[in-house]
Formats: sequence, structure tokens, C-alpha cells
Amino acid sequence: MSGFRIKLSRSLRNKVHGSWMTVCLVFVISMPVIIAGGLYWKSSVLLHDHGVFSLIFSKEWKPLSGQFGFYPFIISSIWVTMTALILAAPICLLTAIHLTQYAKRWVLKIMHPVIDILAGIPSVIYGVWGILVVVPFIGNHLGTWLGKSVSGYSILAGGIVLAIMVIPFVLNILIDVFNNIPTELSEASLSLGATRWQTIKFVLVKKGLPGIVAAFGLGMSRAFGETIAVLMVVGNVSRIPSGLFQPGYPLPALIANNYGEMLSIPLYDSALMLSALILFVVVLGFNFVSRYIIAACDKRC
Amino acid sequence: MKKFLKAEEIFFRVLMFLSTTLIGTVLFLIVFSVIKNGLPYLSWEMISEVPSGGYYFGKEGGILNAIVGTVYLSLGSTLLAFFVGLPVALMMNVHLVRYQRFVNGIRLILDLLWGIPSIVYGAFGFTLMVYLGIRASLLAGIITVTIFIIPIMIRAMDEALKTAPRGLLEAALSLGSTRSEISYRVFFKQCIPGMVTAILLSFGRAAGDVASVLFTAGFTDAIPTSINQPAATLPLAIFFQLSSPISEVRHRAYAAAVVLFGIILVISLLTRIISGKYKKNRINF
Repeated sequence: MSGFRIKLSRSLRNKVHGSWMTVCLVFVISMPVIIAGGLYWKSSVLLHDHGVFSLIFSKEWKPLSGQFGFYPFIISSIWVTMTALILAAPICLLTAIHLTQYAKRWVLKIMHPVIDILAGIPSVIYGVWGILVVVPFIGNHLGTWLGKSVSGYSILAGGIVLAIMVIPFVLNILIDVFNNIPTELSEASLSLGATRWQTIKFVLVKKGLPGIVAAFGLGMSRAFGETIAVLMVVGNVSRIPSGLFQPGYPLPALIANNYGEMLSIPLYDSALMLSALILFVVVLGFNFVSRYIIAACDKRC
Repeated sequence: MKKFLKAEEIFFRVLMFLSTTLIGTVLFLIVFSVIKNGLPYLSWEMISEVPSGGYYFGKEGGILNAIVGTVYLSLGSTLLAFFVGLPVALMMNVHLVRYQRFVNGIRLILDLLWGIPSIVYGAFGFTLMVYLGIRASLLAGIITVTIFIIPIMIRAMDEALKTAPRGLLEAALSLGSTRSEISYRVFFKQCIPGMVTAILLSFGRAAGDVASVLFTAGFTDAIPTSINQPAATLPLAIFFQLSSPISEVRHRAYAAAVVLFGIILVISLLTRIISGKYKKNRINF
């Protein structure tokens, strides 16, 4: 009898557990849809009033008179993201090759925790560092050196801080990409008389190219959505930037800076939710394509 | 030709060495400049008192409210995320082990969720708050941060569970265990270091993020006594104090940054120690 009871309670436990697991799984899988739906629900008011294209390409941002043009913010976002990517990409690629092909054990032993810690530093700390080091450097040294008077709070400052934030992230993916390339390939190349560097250039980089592109894509979407660190150093002037030393006002900063007034001006909350939706769609798109390339690449190798 | 090849290789090796060094140097620079600017202003008063009346004009007080708020918020959301995340991670590796395509689909969705910027989670949390009719409070903050860290936690746990040998599952099944027993008594135990790493990683993320709590947790000078009260968090306190025109207040932001940095470093150190220590208890095939 007691044996029967134990069996019942075990299978009961199993069933309860199975259902809780299923509930959690369904919740997690439907999360992207729920987030998109929620943001669309809030921003639909504005979308129906103005239409997507007129909002994205309009340059006027005057919430008080009901004009919401996202163009300056989108352009700022693109400027900052591209600056960050151009700065970070060569460093990441070279370091990844160094760590996977040349580096000795002790270098790896130092660099692993360094990358881990860099990846774990909160964005506020990066922002503080940006204000303490990067902004004064641009304002006082780089500015006078180039003969311009700049405040330092600029696209370039945002780009530098962002570049350092995405380096550990991109580096980890790149190291994976290079480690996944079969060693036979480089061995074959070396045995045919190619130098180490020729092997890297013509075999490893060529073979890993889709993965490298995908890693940069992921880094780019990470940079595109980063908020606080950029907000702290980029200057936040809602004008279309025309150069690296101009202040900018990227989309995430727009959302973070204006949440206070959001509810007191009509349609303002709708506009901010729409910018969150734009971020969501852009980042999701980039991520999806990059992940797809990486998955296809893994299958082929 | 040979000379050129040699020169090219040396040139790029130097570049590679330089870029690797650069990354190390940047970390050193960040640590150095934050500590150098913050440490002189860090005092016992800073971390043991809540802000008093004129705190934001440079008078007495500390940031205890923010420290406690951060701990409450991160603990609450890590706990909630654990109860949702662990079953999903186990299910992916125990129950659905036969449907690899489906599991890979779930992994893709989780990776996509991981990539979504935290400000979007913040905005979504705000929408949810409006929909449910709750004010900016500790509860709203916890819910938002939970949603934000669930994908991170599941993916980290999943990476650990993936390494468990398949034979373990087959052996346990053949001895008559139910799937839930296998999940908790075999797979969970086998992968404890990975689980602890996942939890600490999520805790660190929860403690360090601003954008997701900006809309939802509110900000207050008091230590929250109930879940319906607003709560201050450390990153948010740093952010607000830095935008102050008074240099006294800004200096305190630097000191608060040192405190936050300390918390994150301790978590990262703990992760390394724990994952090293428990490795000995694993069953190896």
C-alpha cells in the first residue's frame, strides 16, 4: 500500500512539475511577441495619427506642439554606432587572432579574466569613466590639437565609450568563431609551405568571414541599444550631427532622458514607446540575421 | 618576396600584440581612474546613512538607501528569475532532449531576447505598469528586471547543462526515475557550479543595470519597507548625482561608483572561486 502511495506521489510530482515547466517555457517563448505587442499598443495612437514614414523622416521634434520627428535621433544613433564599430572592429579582430593563434598560456590566463571583468562592468561605470577620462581628453587635448574648440561631449566620446563596451562582447564571439574552424585546414595550409600569417589571412579569416561579419552585426546591435553610458557623454542636443565632434542625441538616450515629462504632454509617452519599438525592431532584425549566419556557419564546419 | 612576407607577418604580430595590450590597459585605466577619483570621497558615513535634508546640495548623508535598494531589487528579481528560468533550462536539456531542432529554436529566441537593449525592457515594463495599474515601485522594478535577466539566466544554465553527458540521462531513466527526478537530483546536482555561475551572472546584471529600472522602480531617499514603495538603486543614484552642478555631489557619485564596482568585482571573483571549487565533485565519464 505504502509502495503504491510513494509511486502516486512521485508521478504526481512529476506531473505538477511538467506543467509548471511548460507554463514557464510558453511564457519565455512568447516574450518577444508580448514585448512587441505591448509597445505597439502604446505607440499605435501616434502611428495612426502620423504614419510611420513621416515620423521617421521628419526633422521637427517639438513635443509641445505635437510634432515628433525621429530623424535627428536615428541619424545620431547611426553615427555613434558606426564610430564605435569602426574603432572596435580592428581591435577585436586582431586580438581574437592573437589569442587563438599566437598567444602563450600565460597571456590567455591574464586575458580571460580581463575580458570577463570588462563584460561585467555596469554601463554606469563606463559612463563615469567616459566623463572622467574620455570627455576631458577630447575637449582639452584632441580639440586643441586639431585646432577646434569643442566641449568634449560629442559623438566621438560616445563612440569611444561604446567601442570599449562592445569589445568584450564581440571578442568572445570571434574567439568562438576562430576556435570552431577545424585545425586540419590550417595544418594543411602550413604543410604546403604557407607562413603562419598567410594561413591566417587566406584560410582562417576567409573561412570564418561569415562568423566575423555576424559578430560585428551582434556588436553593432549591442551598441545601437546601449543607453546610459552613451547618454552621459554624448551631449544630448537634438540636432542632426554633421561631424564627430558635434554633440548627438541617440534614440535610447531620448527615451531615458524624457521619461519624467512623458505623462504630462499628450502623445509624448506614445512617441517614446514608438522609439522603444523602433529600437526593438532594429536590434531584433540585426540579431536575427547575425545569429542565422552563425548557425549556418556552424552547420557547415 | 620572402623578406616582404616576413616583414608583413612581423608588422601584424606587433599590431595584434598592441591591440591585446590595449584591451588590458583600458581595463586597468577604467579601474584606476574610477578608484582614484572615488576613493578619497568614500567614507563610512557614505555607506551607512541615508541622504539627509540637504544631501543633494552637498550636506550630510550617504547612499545606504541606494545600496539596500539595489540588494532588494537584485535579490528579488534573481529569485523570481530562478523559479522561471531553472525549469525552462532543465526542460530544454532533459524533457526535450529528443527534439533538438525545437530546442535550438528556443535557444535562438533566448539569444534574441538577450540582445534586446535594457531600455526596451524598461519601456515595456512601464507599459505593463500602466496596464496593471501599479505605481513606480520596488515590485514594478523587480518584475521588469526579472523579465530582463530571465534569458541571460536560462542561456547560462543551458550552457552548463549542455555539458552533462547524455549517458547520465539514459542511466537514470533505465533505473526508473521520473523526468522531474532526473532534472533535479541528477542534472541539477551535476551542474551546480554552472548554476551558481548563472545565478551570480544574472545578479550582477540586475545590480548594474539602469535603463530597465529608470521608469519602473522610482527613486526615493528612504529605505523601502514594503514592496509597493519606490526604491533607489545604486546605478541610478550615480547617474542622478553626476548630473548635479554641485561638485560635492558629483564627488559622491564617484564614490558610489567605487561601491558599485566593488560589488560587481566581488560577484565576479565569487563566480571564479565557486566554479573552480565545485569542479572536483563532478561525475566524469
